[in-house]
Amino acid sequence: MSDQKHLDPNKKLDIEELLENLEDYHPTRKGWVWRKKPAGGVDMGPFHYRNMSEPLKNSLGLPAAKYFDHIDPQPECVVTTEIASGRFEDDIRRMRMAAWHGADHIMVIRHTGQSHIDGMMEGTPEGVGGVPITRKQIRASRKALDMIEEEVGREINFHSYVSGVAGPEVAVLFAEEGINGAHQDPQYNVLYRNINMYRSFVDAAEAKKVMTSAGIFQIDGAHNANATAKAGWLVMPELLVQHGINCAYSLKAGMPKELIGLSTVPPNSPPAPKLWYDLPYAVALRDFFSDFKMRAQQNTRYIESDIEEAIRTHTIDTLISMLTSADLQSTITPDEGRNVPWHYNNIRGVQTVKQVWSGLDGIKELVSLKMDGPLGEMSRDIRERAVAFLEEIIEVGGYFAAVEKGFFVDSAKYPERNGDGIARDGQGGVGADSIVPRDPDYYAPVCAHYGENHLPEGVEHACDPIGGCTLCRPEKIAYIDELDTEDSVAKRLEKTWPYRKGDLIRPEVEWAGDGTILLQMMIPENEDYAREAALQMALKMGLSDPQVINLMVLHPAEGCFVEVKGNVTFDIDRRTLKIPAKVELLPEDEIREIVKRIGLKVVAGTVGEDEHSVGLREILDIKHGGIEKYGVKYTYLGTSVPVSKLVDAAIETGAHAILISTIISHNDVHRTQMRKLAELTREKGIRDRVILIAGGTQVNPDMAAETGIDATFGRGTKGIHVVDAIVKILKARGLA
Amino acid sequence: MTDDRFKKFEERHARLKELSDAELKARFWELCDQVVTPIAELARTHTSPSIERSVLLRMGIDSQSALGVVNHIHQAGLLGKGAGHVLLKLADKHQVDVVKAAAMVLEDKEVLQGLFGEVAA
Repeated sequence: MSDQKHLDPNKKLDIEELLENLEDYHPTRKGWVWRKKPAGGVDMGPFHYRNMSEPLKNSLGLPAAKYFDHIDPQPECVVTTEIASGRFEDDIRRMRMAAWHGADHIMVIRHTGQSHIDGMMEGTPEGVGGVPITRKQIRASRKALDMIEEEVGREINFHSYVSGVAGPEVAVLFAEEGINGAHQDPQYNVLYRNINMYRSFVDAAEAKKVMTSAGIFQIDGAHNANATAKAGWLVMPELLVQHGINCAYSLKAGMPKELIGLSTVPPNSPPAPKLWYDLPYAVALRDFFSDFKMRAQQNTRYIESDIEEAIRTHTIDTLISMLTSADLQSTITPDEGRNVPWHYNNIRGVQTVKQVWSGLDGIKELVSLKMDGPLGEMSRDIRERAVAFLEEIIEVGGYFAAVEKGFFVDSAKYPERNGDGIARDGQGGVGADSIVPRDPDYYAPVCAHYGENHLPEGVEHACDPIGGCTLCRPEKIAYIDELDTEDSVAKRLEKTWPYRKGDLIRPEVEWAGDGTILLQMMIPENEDYAREAALQMALKMGLSDPQVINLMVLHPAEGCFVEVKGNVTFDIDRRTLKIPAKVELLPEDEIREIVKRIGLKVVAGTVGEDEHSVGLREILDIKHGGIEKYGVKYTYLGTSVPVSKLVDAAIETGAHAILISTIISHNDVHRTQMRKLAELTREKGIRDRVILIAGGTQVNPDMAAETGIDATFGRGTKGIHVVDAIVKILKARGLA
Repeated sequence: MTDDRFKKFEERHARLKELSDAELKARFWELCDQVVTPIAELARTHTSPSIERSVLLRMGIDSQSALGVVNHIHQAGLLGKGAGHVLLKLADKHQVDVVKAAAMVLEDKEVLQGLFGEVAA
C-alpha cells in the first residue's frame, strides 16, 4: 500500500508504468465492500437525503449539479458497470471514468469461448466480446483499481465470472488475486454453455468454497432465463426456482448468506404494462429471498438500437429497485443492443441510476406498495407456482432428471409448457464423463477445499505438508507473464502510443485511436432513401466504413432520424491547437455580495450602425442568466447608439461600467468604436472611475489592450463572465 | 401425461393455497434443500480435472504445467487419489519439492507407476 502511486486527476493513467513489476504485485485487500451509509442520512447542499451513502472525494456529478452547488449524492447501493472491450488496457481508462461518475462495481465480461476452455488462459491476448481473463490481466486491472479507488475515495469491487469447465481454477485465481465479486451458478453452465451437468455441479461446490475463503461476493445466473426465453415475463416461477437452487447449493458449500446475491432483472418492458409483471415478481423474490442480497439488473432483453428507449426502460427498472430493494444496482450500457458498449455509454448507464436514485430519494417514506390487492395476489401466485415447480422436480427424480426433461427456460408460464425448454443429456455436454470418485485415501494438501479430504495422520492443516498453499502464502503463486508475445498488450500499446502519450489525437469509443464517431441526422426521406443518403453523407464527410446503427421513422414519408457510425482517417496534432486562456471565475456568492454592497450599475447599448441586440440582451437580462441575475442594475440605451451618448448616460447615472456591443464588423468598426470609447471617457475625465467593456462575435480577448479599454468578450460569453470581470477590475482599483 | 401434469398441479396448488406466507416460504426452502442435498453429496465424493488443477495452482504450480500434470495423472487412473496427493508422494519418493515433482510428471509420466503400492490401470 505504501509504495502505491497516487493518481493526479489532471493526468492520464500511465498504462506502461502500471504494467511494470506485475510479477510482484499482490492485492492490497480481499473481499467485497459495501458502501457506507450514515445512519442519520446524508446532508448535501441544502438537501437531506435518506437513501444515500457517503459522498466521494473526487467525482463528476449529474449535468444539472452545477445549479445545486455541484453536489453529487451517491446512492446507498453498490452501482455496477460492465466494461469489456476485448483490450483491458483500454478498459482500465474507462473504469477510471466510470468510477468518477459513481460506479464501484466493475464487471469484466469474459472473452467469447473462454468458458469452454478446459484450463486457464494466460498472458494478454486480445479478446472477442470480452476480455480473456488471465492472471496478468487481473493483476493489472486490480492494481489500477487500487489507485482509482484512492483517487475517488471509495472502495471499488472488481468482478468477473467463475463459470465454464475451469471453474475451480478460475475461483482460485480470483481468490489469489483479490477479485471481489464473481458470477457462479452451475445451472448457467448447464443450460447456456452446454457443460455437462454433473461436472458443472461438482466443480461449482469447489469454486464456491474457494470464493468464500476470499470473501468473494457471488452473483447467480438466473436472469439469463428471462433474457433467453421468448416471453421473459412468463418464466417468473422458474426464476425463483433457479435462484433457490443456487442459493441452497451455495449454502451447502459453506458460503454465508451475506455473500450470496441474486441476479434479478425486471422481466418486462414497455409497451407492455411493465409494472403489472415486474413489481409482483420483485415483491415475490424479496419475500422468499429476504436473507440474501439483491443485485437488480436493468433489462437487456428488449434493447435494440434506440439509446433513449433503453434509458427510459432502465429508469423504470431503477424505480422498481427503489420501490422494493436493491443491494447492488447494475447498469446496462444503453448502446448494448447496437454495438460493443462505448466509453460514454457506461457513464450514461451509471448516470441513469444516480439520477433516479437522487430524484426518488426517500420514496418509501412517501408512498407504499398496496399489498391488499392485485399486487399481493400476483406475488403470491408466482411463489405458489415456484413451490409447485420444485415439487415436480422432486417427483421426476431430482434436478438432473428435470434438466433432462426440459423443465428449464421453457417460455410458457408454469405449469404450462411450450416444449421449447433447454433439455440437456446427463451423459453429454462439454466435460461429459469427467468426474471421478474420490478414493478412501483421497487427499488435497490445500486450504478452501470442498468435500472429502483425508489428511494424513498427524497433519492438522491441509496445507502444512507443503509448507502452506498460495492462499496462505501468496509469494508461492506461479506467475506467467505471456504465452504469445505477438498477441500481447505490449504489441498493442506500441501501436496506440501516439494517441496515448504522443501528440496525436483521434476520437475513440472503445480503443485508443479507434477513430470511431457517431453522426446524427434527420433525413427528410422514407426509410430506404434515408438509410442510403445517410451513408453517402458519411462517406462524403470522409468517414471510412460508415454503418447505419439506428434509424427511427419519424413519418413513413416525411423523414427519419438516422445515426451513422464511421471512422475518421486523420489525426489532429495537439501541438497545432491553440487553447484560449481560462478565466477563473469568482464564487457567485462573493459576486452577488459585492454587487449589492456597491450598488453596481452599468449602461449598455450596441454601437456603430448595428441593429443587432440579441447578444447584448443575453448578457443583460435575468431571463438569459445575464448580469441582472447577479443584482446589477442596467440602463439599456438601444441599438446604434453613439458612443458619446453612452458616456453621457454613464456620467448621468453614476454607472460603474459601460458595455458596448458590435456584431457587424466591416472596416474594423468594432476596434474603432472601442478606441473612441476609451478616448471620450478620458476627455470627459471619467476614465479611471468607469470600466469599459466591449463584446461581439468578432471580438477577441486581445482587443482590450489594443484599444485601451478594460475587457473584451467574444462568442459564448455569459453574463457571469462580464460581471466577474467588472468585479475583479473594481477590486483591483480598490473600489470594491 | 400432460393432462396428468395439470391435474397434479391443480392438486398441489390447492394444497399450497392453504399455507400462510411464512409456511409457503419455509416449504420453498425445504424443497430447495431437498433438491441440492444429493448434488452436494455427489460433489463431496467426487473430483474433476478442474478441481485437481485448482489444487495444483494452490500448491504453487503454474497453470500450464497443472494442465499437463493432471492429464497424466488422470490417464494413469490416479485422479481419485488427488493430484496434489500424487505429487506429494512423488516428491517424497524422490526427495524433491512439489514443483519439481510436477516437472518430473510432465517429462515422463512413467514416474507415476507404482506410487501407491500397486500398478495403476
